[in-house]
Amino acid sequence: MEASTLVWLLPAPPLLAFFLIILLTNRSKALSHIMGVGAALLSFIGSFVIIVLALQSGHLGEEPFTSVLNWFPTGDTWFQIGVWVDPLTVATLFFVAITVLMIFLYSVGYHNYGAPKGDHDAPGLQPHGATVEDEHGHKHRVPSIEPMYSRFFAFISLFAFGMYVLVVSNNLLTLFVGWEIMGLCSYLLIGFWYAKPSARAAAIKAFLTTRVGDVIMLLGLAYLYYLTGSLSYNVIFSEETLHMLTSSPTPFFGVSAAVVIGLFLFIGTIGKSAQWPLHVWLPDAMEGPTPVSAMIHAATMVSAGVYLVIRVFPIISAGMVHGEPTLTMNIMAFIGAFTGLFAATIAVAQNDIKRVLAYSTISQLGYMIAAIGIGAYVAAAFHLMTHAFFKALLFLGSGSVIHGVEHGVLHTGEDIDPQNMFNMGGLRKKMPITFWTFLIGGLALSGFPFITAGFWSKDEILADAFAHSSWAVLIVLAFAALLTAFYTMRQITLTFLGESRTESAEHAHESKWTMTFPLIFLAVFAIVAGWPGIPIDFPVIGGFIPNFIHDFVGETLAEHPETITFNFVPLLISLGVSLGGLALGWLVYKDVKAGEPDPLEKPLGPIYRILKNKYYFDELYDFLFVRPSIWISRQFTYLWLDQKIIDGILHAISRVAFSLGGLFRNYIDKPVVNGFGDFVGESVKWIGRASRFIQTGRVQQYMVMALIIAFGTLFYYLFFLSQP
Amino acid sequence: MEFIMNHLLTLILFSPVAVAILVILLPREEVKLQRWVAFLGSLIPLALSIVLWFAFNPDQPGFQFQERYIWYEPINSSFHVGVDGISLTMVLLTTLLTPLAILASYSIKDRVNTYMFFFLMLEMGMLGVFLSLDLLVFFVFWELGLVPMYFLINQWGSETGEKEIWGRKIKARTYASFKFIIYTMAGSLGLLLAIQLIGVVAGTFDMLILFEQMGSLEGTLMGFPVSTVKTVAFWAFVIAFAIKVPVWPFHTWLPDAHTEAPTAGSMILAGVLLKLGAYGFLRLVLPLYPDESRYFAGALAFLATMAIIFGALASYGQNDFKRLVAYSSVNHMGFVILGVAAAAFAINSDNATIALEGAVLQMFNHGLSAAGMFFLVGVIYERTHTRNLNEFGGLFPLIPVYGGILIFTSMASLGLPGFGGFISEFLVVRGAWPVFTLFTILSMIGLFFTGAYILKGIKQVLHGPLNERWKGHLPEINVREAFVITPLMVLMLVIGVWPAVLLDVINRAVMMFYSLYS
Repeated sequence: MEASTLVWLLPAPPLLAFFLIILLTNRSKALSHIMGVGAALLSFIGSFVIIVLALQSGHLGEEPFTSVLNWFPTGDTWFQIGVWVDPLTVATLFFVAITVLMIFLYSVGYHNYGAPKGDHDAPGLQPHGATVEDEHGHKHRVPSIEPMYSRFFAFISLFAFGMYVLVVSNNLLTLFVGWEIMGLCSYLLIGFWYAKPSARAAAIKAFLTTRVGDVIMLLGLAYLYYLTGSLSYNVIFSEETLHMLTSSPTPFFGVSAAVVIGLFLFIGTIGKSAQWPLHVWLPDAMEGPTPVSAMIHAATMVSAGVYLVIRVFPIISAGMVHGEPTLTMNIMAFIGAFTGLFAATIAVAQNDIKRVLAYSTISQLGYMIAAIGIGAYVAAAFHLMTHAFFKALLFLGSGSVIHGVEHGVLHTGEDIDPQNMFNMGGLRKKMPITFWTFLIGGLALSGFPFITAGFWSKDEILADAFAHSSWAVLIVLAFAALLTAFYTMRQITLTFLGESRTESAEHAHESKWTMTFPLIFLAVFAIVAGWPGIPIDFPVIGGFIPNFIHDFVGETLAEHPETITFNFVPLLISLGVSLGGLALGWLVYKDVKAGEPDPLEKPLGPIYRILKNKYYFDELYDFLFVRPSIWISRQFTYLWLDQKIIDGILHAISRVAFSLGGLFRNYIDKPVVNGFGDFVGESVKWIGRASRFIQTGRVQQYMVMALIIAFGTLFYYLFFLSQP
Repeated sequence: MEFIMNHLLTLILFSPVAVAILVILLPREEVKLQRWVAFLGSLIPLALSIVLWFAFNPDQPGFQFQERYIWYEPINSSFHVGVDGISLTMVLLTTLLTPLAILASYSIKDRVNTYMFFFLMLEMGMLGVFLSLDLLVFFVFWELGLVPMYFLINQWGSETGEKEIWGRKIKARTYASFKFIIYTMAGSLGLLLAIQLIGVVAGTFDMLILFEQMGSLEGTLMGFPVSTVKTVAFWAFVIAFAIKVPVWPFHTWLPDAHTEAPTAGSMILAGVLLKLGAYGFLRLVLPLYPDESRYFAGALAFLATMAIIFGALASYGQNDFKRLVAYSSVNHMGFVILGVAAAAFAINSDNATIALEGAVLQMFNHGLSAAGMFFLVGVIYERTHTRNLNEFGGLFPLIPVYGGILIFTSMASLGLPGFGGFISEFLVVRGAWPVFTLFTILSMIGLFFTGAYILKGIKQVLHGPLNERWKGHLPEINVREAFVITPLMVLMLVIGVWPAVLLDVINRAVMMFYSLYS
C-alpha cells in the first residue's frame, strides 16, 4: 500500500467508531468503549507506520507524502483536497496519536467502567455515586458509572477524527473542516453534563468565543483563495505565491495581502488557542469531564491553533528581510508574550486544580505564539509537542486526583469541593503513581533543568529570543516562566505534599490501571520527548543525540532555519527562573494548614483579588458584549425595528388603504354609486306603487281610460301640433 | 417510455394536479386512504424528477426537455417549459420536499382531502415557476402558488395565538395569512405590469427570445424610451422578488407566516417558496436587465448584508422556537442574495461564477435545513403544544433520539463544515469578497450570530435542568417522523462531504449562465 493511501485512512477509524456507537452500539457500554479505544488504537498504529515510513524517506521536506483528489468544481477548475505528510505533520501526528490513545484509555477508568449504576444518576448530570452492600451487610457509597458512557466515546471519537483530518490535510479548507468539527465536539463535550447550567453556559461560551476567530479566519481563507486560486499548501507556500502576496496591495491601511491574510488566520488561532483577548472560554471549559480537558487543552484543539500558525508560517513571515520580523509577526509576538505572562499571573491565584492547569495552558500557548512571532519556527513546534505530552499528563493526573478525592467524599459524606486544592494535601502517600507522574509533568511544565522535556523546548524559545535580540519578549517570557514554576510547585505542594487537610483527602486512594497506565506512559514522553531537541553545542550533554528536531522539523520550510549558537545567558535565565520559581512555590505553600487562606492573600491584597477574579474579564465582556447583544437582538432589532418600524409602516399603509376604502365606500360608493342604483330602483318602485290604483282589473275602467287617453291625444294633436 | 421522456416536464408539472383531483374525490371518511394516496402520489413527480436528473445532460448549453404548446396566441404567449442546471436543482428540491412535507402532515385530522388537495396544487404552482420559459406562464404559476398557501395558513395554521391590531384582536393565523397574501400580491402587481410592458415592447413573452433581444430593444412606449420602460420594469421585478425572498426590509411577513403555518406549510414555505424569489432574480432579473442589475448590485448587496445581520439578530432575540427558526431563513437567504448581487456586479468573471454557484447551492441547502428545522419544531410542538423556549428545558434525557437529530440539523443549519451549508456559504463569501469586501466583512457579524441563535435553541430546548412538567408526557420521535427527517439529514451530510454531487451540475449551469444573454 502506498503511504499516502494509508494517510487517507488515518482519520477513518474514529469517524467509523462515532457512527457505529451512535447508530448501533450505544446501548452497550462495553461495545462502545471497544469501538472508541479500538479506533484510537488503529489510528495510532497507522500513524506510527506513517511516521516510520516518513523517517526512512530521507527528504520528506522536499517530497512530502501527498495525494489529491477533486472535491468540487469552481468554474473551469476543481477545488482539490488531499493529504500531506511533511516533517511538521509527522511531529504533530506523533504527539496526537499518543495522547489521543492514552486519553481514550484513561476515559474508560475515569467514567468508572465496571462500577454499579448510581442511585439517583440521570443523563446530563455527573454521576453521584451508588450504595453497595458488602458481605457483612455494611453499606458503602462508591463511585457510579457515567450514565452517558457510550455517548462520551462517540463524541471523543468524533473529536479525534477532527484532529486527524486537520493534521493530515494538504489544504487550509479541510484543515478548517477538522478545526470546526473539533469546535462542535468541544461544545458537546464541555457541555457533556448539559443539565448543569454552568456546563451549558461554558459550552456556549466556548463555541461562540472561538467562533469570533473562526468567522474572521474564514475571511482569510476566502481572501487567500481569491488571490491564489487554491488553498493547497504546495501552491500557497510556493515562492511565486508568497512573492505575489507580499506585493499585492490591499485596501486596509496600505499593508500587503500577506499581512492581512496572516492576521486573519492568526485571529482564528487567537480564538482556538485561547489567546488574549479571546482567552475567556478556556478556563470555563473545565466544566467538561477531565479527559475532555486533556483532549482540548493539550492534545488537540488548542494545539490546532498553534499548528495553524506554524503551518502558515511562510505566509506570516513572507516579506521578512534580513531577519526583520513582519508586522504580523510583531503582533503575534506581542499577543503571545502578553498572554504568556497575563495567564500565568491568573494561575497563581486559582484554587481549582484544573483551572490552574487551564491558565497554564493559555500561558504556554502564548509562549508558542510568541516563538512564532520572533521567527522561532522549530522552537514553537518543539514546545507544541512537549507541551502536549506534559499537559495531557497533568490534566489526566488532576483527573485522577479529583477521582481519588471524590472517592473520599463519597466515603465520608463530607460536603466539600473535590477540585479545590486547599481541600487536598498529603496525597503522595495515598496515590503514589499519580503523585510521581504528576510531579514529572509539573517539573516538565516548570522547565526543570536537563531531565524534563519542557526544559529543552522552553530553553529553545528563550535562546531564540536571545539570539534574535527580542529583549522584550525574552524578559516577559522569562518572568512568565518564573511564575509558571511557582504556581506549579504551589499546585504540587498543596495537592500532594504535607498532611491531608480534609477527611476526604485522607480517604482518597489510587485510581485503576486504566487511568494510571496512561499517566506512566505519558510521563515517559514528558521526559524523553525533549532529548531529540538538545542543541548540538550544549555543554557536556550536547551532541550525544543529534538535534533531530531542528534538522527534521526545520526541513519543512523551503529555507531551513539556521542553527542558533549556544549562549550561556538564556541557559542561566532558564535555570534561574525554573529552579527559583519551584523553590519559592515550595517555601510559600509547604505549611498551609486546613482552613487557612492562601498565604499570598494578605501580602498581595487587592492585587490578589484582581488575579483571583481573572482581571474581571468575564464581567467586562458581559458588560461590553453579552448584554448589549441581547438587548440589540431583542429590543432593538426585533421589537423596535421589525415590529415597530417596519411593521408599523406596513400597518400604516394598510390603514391608509383601509381608510381610503372606507372613504370610497362612504362618500362615493354609498351616496353616488349605491345612491344612483337605489334611486333608480326606488323610483321604479315608487312609480309602480303610485300607478297601482289604475290597475283595477275592470274592463269598463280600462275602456274609460283608453277613451280619455285617445281623446286627450287627439285634443293635443289638433290644438298644439297641427297648428300651421 | 418515449412518451414519458418527450413530455417529462409537463408530466412532472401536472402529475400533482392529477393526484390532487383524485384525493379530493375520495370519500370524506377515508382519511387514511387520502393521506396515503397523497403521499404515494407525490412520489410520482419525485420519481420523474430523478429520471430527469439522470437524463439531463449538464454539458449541453441552454434549456433541455423543452416543450412548447399554443396557449395564448393573439399576444404571442405560449406554454413553454424547459430546464437548465439551476432550475433542475430547484425542481428536485421541490419534488423531494413535497412528499416529506405530506408525510409530516399525517397529524392533520381536519378536512384532510382538502388539505392534501391544496398541498399538491401548491407543488404544481412552485414547479411551474421553476419550469416555465414564458413570462406570462411564469406569472400565472407564481400567483397559483399563493392561493393554496393562503388557505393552508388560514385554515390549518396554529390554533392559538392572537394578534392585536388597531385595538382589535384577531387570530394570529388570520393576520399572518392575510399579511402573506396581500404583501406578495402587492409585489406581483408590479410584476404583472412589468411583464406586460415587456410583452408590448418586445412583442413576445418567451424568455429565450427575450434573453437575446432585451439588450437590443428599441422604440418607445407611450412616449417613453425603452430604457425608461426597462428601468421601471426592472424595479417592479426586483420588488416582487425581493418581497418573496425576502430581502430585508421586506421580510416581516415571513416570521408571521412561517410561525403560524402548519408544520408542513412552514417546511415548504422555507424550503421552496422563498427560493422562488431568489430564482426570479437569477432567471429573470440578471439576464433581462444586466446593466441595471450591475448598476444597483451594490444596493442589493447592502440589503443582503442587512438581512444576514438583522435576520440573525432578530432570530437570537426570539423566545418562540418557531419564530427563531423563521428568522434564520432571513439570515440564510441573505447569503443567497449576496451571491446574486456579487454575480450581478462581476458579470462573467471567476468571482461571479463562484458566487452564483454558492448562491444556488445555498438555496438547495437552505431548503433542506430549514425544512428540517421547521419539521423538528413541529414535532415538539405537537407534543407540548407550546413553542415558548422558556417552557422547555432539559428535554434531552426524555427524548435522546430527537435531541440528537435536533443537534445534527441545527449544526447543518449553522453551516458547520461537513454539512452542505458550509460549502455554499464559503463559496458565496469567496465570490463576494473581491466584489463587495466591506459587505462581506460585515456579513460575518451575521454569521457569528447564526451560531448564537442556533445554540440558544439547543440550550433552551435540550440542555439545562429538566422541566419536570414534561416528564412522562413527552414521547420520543416516532417512525413516521424519523422517515421524514432521515432523507434530509442524509442529503445535508452527503452534500457537505461530497459537494460535487450537486455542484457539478450547478457549476456547469452557472458557467453557461452568462452565455444565455451576453
